[in-house]
Amino acid sequence: MTIAMPQKSSDVPLVTIAPPSPRKPIIMTSLAVALGAVFIWMAPSDQVTTFLFNLGDPVISIPDWEFNARIGATVFAILAVLFAAAAWPINARRGSLMLPALGVGVSLVLAFLSWVGADSRIPITGLLQGSLLLAVPLVFGAMSGVLCERSGVININIEGQLLVGAFLGAVVGSLLSNAYLGLLAAPVAGALLGLLLAVFATKYFVDQVVVGVVLNVLAVGLTGFLYTRFLTEEPDLWNNPPLLPTISIPVLSEIPILGPILFDQNVIVYLMYVVVIVIQIALFKTRWGLRLRSVGEHPEAADSVGIRVNRTRFRAVVLGAAVAGLGGAFFTLGSVGAFGREMTAGNGFIALAALIFGRWNPLGALAAALLFGFADNLQNVLSIIGSPIPSQFLLMLPYVVTIFAVVGLVGRVRAPGADGIPFRKS
Amino acid sequence: MRLELRGITKRFGSLVANDDISLTVEPGQIHALLGENGAGKSTLMNVLYGLLQPDAGQILIDGEPVTFTSPARAIEAGIGMVHQHFMLVPVFTVAENVELGAESVGPLGMLRTGEAADAVREVSRKYGLEVDPDAVTEDLPVGIQQRVEIIKALTRDAQCLILDEPTAVLTPQETDELLAIVRQLRDSGKAIVLITHKLREVREAADVITVIRRGRVVAEAVSPQTPESELAGMMVGRDVSLRVDKEPADPGEPVIGVSNLSVFDSADRAIVDSVSFDVRAGEVLCVAGVQGNGQSELVEAIMGLRDRVSGDARVGGTSIVGRSTKRILGLGVGYVPEDREHDGLVGSFTIAQNLVLDSIDTAPWSRAGVIDYGRIRDHGVQMVEQFDVRAQSAAVFASTLSGGNKQKVVLAREMSRELRVLIAAQPTRGLDVGSIEFVHRRIIEARDAGVACLVVSSELDEVYALADRIMVMYAGRVAGIVEPDISRDDLGLLMAGATG
Amino acid sequence: MSDPTNNDPLMDDREASTGLSGSTTADTLHPPTELTSSVTGELRRAVLGMNLLVSALAVVLALAIGAVLIALSSPNVIESAGYFFARPLDTVSAIWQSVTSAYSALFQGALINIDALREGDISRAFYPLSETLTVSAPLILAGLAVAIPFRAGLFNIGAQGQMAFAAIGGGFVGFAISLPAGVHLIVSLIAAMLFGAFYAGIVGFLKARTGAHEVITTIMLNYIAIYFLGWVLNQDWFQREGRNDPISPILSDTALFPRFFGDGLRVHAGIVVAVLAVVVLWWTLTKTTLGFKIQTVGANASAARTAGIDVGRIWIAAMLIAGAMAGLAVSMNVNGTDKVVTAGIVGNIGFDAITVALLGRGSPFGVLWAGLLFGGLRAGGLAMQASTGTPIDIVLVLQALIVLFIAAPALVRSVFRIRAGGTEALSLAKGWGT
Repeated sequence: MTIAMPQKSSDVPLVTIAPPSPRKPIIMTSLAVALGAVFIWMAPSDQVTTFLFNLGDPVISIPDWEFNARIGATVFAILAVLFAAAAWPINARRGSLMLPALGVGVSLVLAFLSWVGADSRIPITGLLQGSLLLAVPLVFGAMSGVLCERSGVININIEGQLLVGAFLGAVVGSLLSNAYLGLLAAPVAGALLGLLLAVFATKYFVDQVVVGVVLNVLAVGLTGFLYTRFLTEEPDLWNNPPLLPTISIPVLSEIPILGPILFDQNVIVYLMYVVVIVIQIALFKTRWGLRLRSVGEHPEAADSVGIRVNRTRFRAVVLGAAVAGLGGAFFTLGSVGAFGREMTAGNGFIALAALIFGRWNPLGALAAALLFGFADNLQNVLSIIGSPIPSQFLLMLPYVVTIFAVVGLVGRVRAPGADGIPFRKS
Repeated sequence: MRLELRGITKRFGSLVANDDISLTVEPGQIHALLGENGAGKSTLMNVLYGLLQPDAGQILIDGEPVTFTSPARAIEAGIGMVHQHFMLVPVFTVAENVELGAESVGPLGMLRTGEAADAVREVSRKYGLEVDPDAVTEDLPVGIQQRVEIIKALTRDAQCLILDEPTAVLTPQETDELLAIVRQLRDSGKAIVLITHKLREVREAADVITVIRRGRVVAEAVSPQTPESELAGMMVGRDVSLRVDKEPADPGEPVIGVSNLSVFDSADRAIVDSVSFDVRAGEVLCVAGVQGNGQSELVEAIMGLRDRVSGDARVGGTSIVGRSTKRILGLGVGYVPEDREHDGLVGSFTIAQNLVLDSIDTAPWSRAGVIDYGRIRDHGVQMVEQFDVRAQSAAVFASTLSGGNKQKVVLAREMSRELRVLIAAQPTRGLDVGSIEFVHRRIIEARDAGVACLVVSSELDEVYALADRIMVMYAGRVAGIVEPDISRDDLGLLMAGATG
Repeated sequence: MSDPTNNDPLMDDREASTGLSGSTTADTLHPPTELTSSVTGELRRAVLGMNLLVSALAVVLALAIGAVLIALSSPNVIESAGYFFARPLDTVSAIWQSVTSAYSALFQGALINIDALREGDISRAFYPLSETLTVSAPLILAGLAVAIPFRAGLFNIGAQGQMAFAAIGGGFVGFAISLPAGVHLIVSLIAAMLFGAFYAGIVGFLKARTGAHEVITTIMLNYIAIYFLGWVLNQDWFQREGRNDPISPILSDTALFPRFFGDGLRVHAGIVVAVLAVVVLWWTLTKTTLGFKIQTVGANASAARTAGIDVGRIWIAAMLIAGAMAGLAVSMNVNGTDKVVTAGIVGNIGFDAITVALLGRGSPFGVLWAGLLFGGLRAGGLAMQASTGTPIDIVLVLQALIVLFIAAPALVRSVFRIRAGGTEALSLAKGWGT
């Protein structure tokens, strides 16, 4: 029989490719149409919605935008459908659906706001500014998750680390009457809790999810105990820290719309920028980052070139926990000004969802956290201006959004290869 | 460098993995370490590479004793290892994998990846190991990934290169290319240790052979001219017949019928591409081909373990595409999965429980949802006896069994049902010769009893031993369906993508 | 320490692959089932199987750390520490005082009021024991709600939300419908179980269909349920007439668990339900094909799939059972102690239940003992808080520490310098992937 020879073993043969599944465009279009229709129908046709864009007294003033509620909802709904329609050809040529998805999302939100803002004024810039602020603990938590999980250790304990960071930040800030010293103490608390996670995960090889959950219970118990024993007894001494100031960066904060959102914020927000950028660079451009990622993807390979896997993981977890602790300071030193029981209210878990949603990338997790922060702040703003939706349903909003995100409007995601699998030398 | 091992002994509890092993590797020499699975070769190499510490004995480099407390020390001393299971991070680029652990950095630890890529290109050029430094490792074909492993060792100035079962995942053509590279490395003065259980390669490539059996050196300075049967006998300790005694097949009607079956992955690529074949009752159809050409996915698709399957597949006329695995098993299909640990057995269940894993709902194991443990226990005892499973009793946990005995349990489970079809994927991977013989005998028995047998194997010896017909898969397609009298070379060409 | 899942190192039978480390076969949370399970055998194993010595020492270690916390935060100790160098013994005795008074209040509050016994006041004497049983009942059931999914490989942190949602169903039937005694209670329980099962089933369904990790979905659903309960409690058809606060009407007498000892002691028939549930679930898990499949899926989901088991369906089944148990758990309060539905009806039981399930290592009888232990701690803790002012949060700390130490026997052993026994570390050994 005649046999034809291939050229070289490194030739990759042609493969048959199936046409791409239209699942995602279908979901996007149905969402756009269904929700768009609901918002149009619910929006009163005889009332006016106003979007405000100015915060305070800006140098460059943008006029308020008034429009009929129903017409506005209709316009935005149509915009959403158009973005969804654009998804079809993009999907057919396997392009990234991120832009259309973003477009659909933003348009639907604007349509929603047209409805609930009827006969009322929605401060758009203020909404976004507050969203960024509320996203702070989520971002810190997600960064903590990035560090830990990229090294292969699941960190369910973000919630607890936020809590102890909030606690110690408040206590130290109060005792020393200095918010910045409190800010220094917060990551220490997180790191101590993270130390426990690190030890149990890398030395005793206990299941990391279990340890994380139990340490959350420990954090709640410990902070609650000390709160009742000390903070409620003498609140002025223990639980009255000064707040971190809000600083308006000259020139930059005058940029219309974006300026106040990005550059007229609490100090902790600027800290957040720094942390995200540092982690992004360190993770992908430095030797430390390369080794960390190798340990999380394929610890055997790292071990075979002499990298100490469990030691790297240990350090990554403690560092990550410190970052989360720092984020916890937001609650007490950046926002409320006093510690309260279980004040983190599930932010640690939303941060985890942001991590997954953002595919374990610092920038992706940042974007996801901003989304969740927006959902959270939207609920705040709506409850202030009064909305037709009962407050409890508004409160549910960030959690519902998180479920949708995790359930896979995102598609299957891929965690670091050895995430959650303990490394034992044979 | 002259590498010498003197009296290396390594114990794991009461088990002596290496027993007073001594051997010497000269520079400019390919020294093959021959032994069957479980003989202790990998343990020895792990000792040499610093992953394990010996309980007794010495390692000498150029006459000086050395100790390696970790792979980093071994690497420093000039020893490079190409592992059987690649030590490469799948999502890293080639350059990143090569530089890992020995990165060149600038201020603040910033990586100088350009330098790493250059180093890769230089080694590529020098030794003829073509590879793109910026390619993502997991996207590369297996043969190329192996080159990255070799480059990794060479960029660290390895003078002694240890290759652990390097041809397990290569086509015959890729194997030839690799051996050519190895010869070139030897000619440039490196000392090469080639660990393998494959007699053919040992005779083709080695300058000198050391045979290991059960942790001990049983023959040294063996010449590669020694006939295969003699080598096999040294490996196993007795006369080994390399063929299975069997009657010619008497095939009946087709039982498995597959027509234009395709399986798509998450990127919509066809990993199985329009495959058509049938398997008749009373015959063994072996699916030959190097791992990674769609055979595993084909079998999984037939067993209902895959999504995104299109086309037609039938067992005895009943369509099985889109059916649940349970239904398919219920049609009289026995399945021995490729990864017995992962997919075949539950390690923390007893042997007896594992024996009823896929038939717990059927009588007599349960009635109306309530389990009859008495029957299961008796069955367990019976099967352990019948299939010669070496275990204290049927009540021990499956995880305590050796590989061969685990496979016997899986076989026992499948074969204790009424079967029309037996599908076995890589059934003797990692098993010792005795277990391999056992498994082969059982498969032939099933075939003689009229069962249609579909066996996937990447070991050519096994294919030749078992097959009544051979189907070669390459890149997800059927490269050819041939008779077992085809020459090895021709078969190798089909496996490498030639079309007949 | 021999790890039973270690392969024979002589037999190197890993598959030749591109090196991606496959997931390890999950070690189960508990000593694997043997074929000769009997009730007494199971009881014996649940108690002894955990290597009793290490478990006891874990508790001791936790109590020791708790003691440090108590001492450090006691006002007397702090005060006397102020003049430590002048009168060191004062500090020492203050420490001793604070710890012993707290722990003795804890123990007495959990078991027996010794003073009352001496006085011959039987009802008051046994009040602590009654409290322990009362508090344990929902803990045991909620612990089962966490433990059963454990066995299927799922981490159900959503007992809190499942209980809240179930309370709506059970409570509504309890106050809005009238039925004869006995029947009313049963129907109310069934409603709670159905609501709970539904809510938990959502999680199982999402996991089966989309692979969404249950840790996140359950926690999100917890918050959603609590808010939903708050909303329901403000609706006319649920809120008690004439009240503005979120509280439901009082349940009809016919829908309540009868008390054993009249109004003096709170212990009610619910504890019987809890024990029954333990037995029923134990039987289901060890004697039925459903239980077999649940255990298979939890031990090795890929082997289960390969053996033809529909893994997604088993997950859903496990969550449905869990939700039903959560429904029963909240009924302990709704139909037993509180007789109403309020916003705080669930309390912290859902989270306590996690530690109960972990301590019980996922086995029904283990959960029974763990539930009694932690119930005792809680009942005692309340008494301790009342009499010594030690905040009840210390109980949470003790619970967490006990579980941590039980989970890492090696740690306890190294603290007490014991040589290795046969225990293995608690492990679910899974990542985010399904």
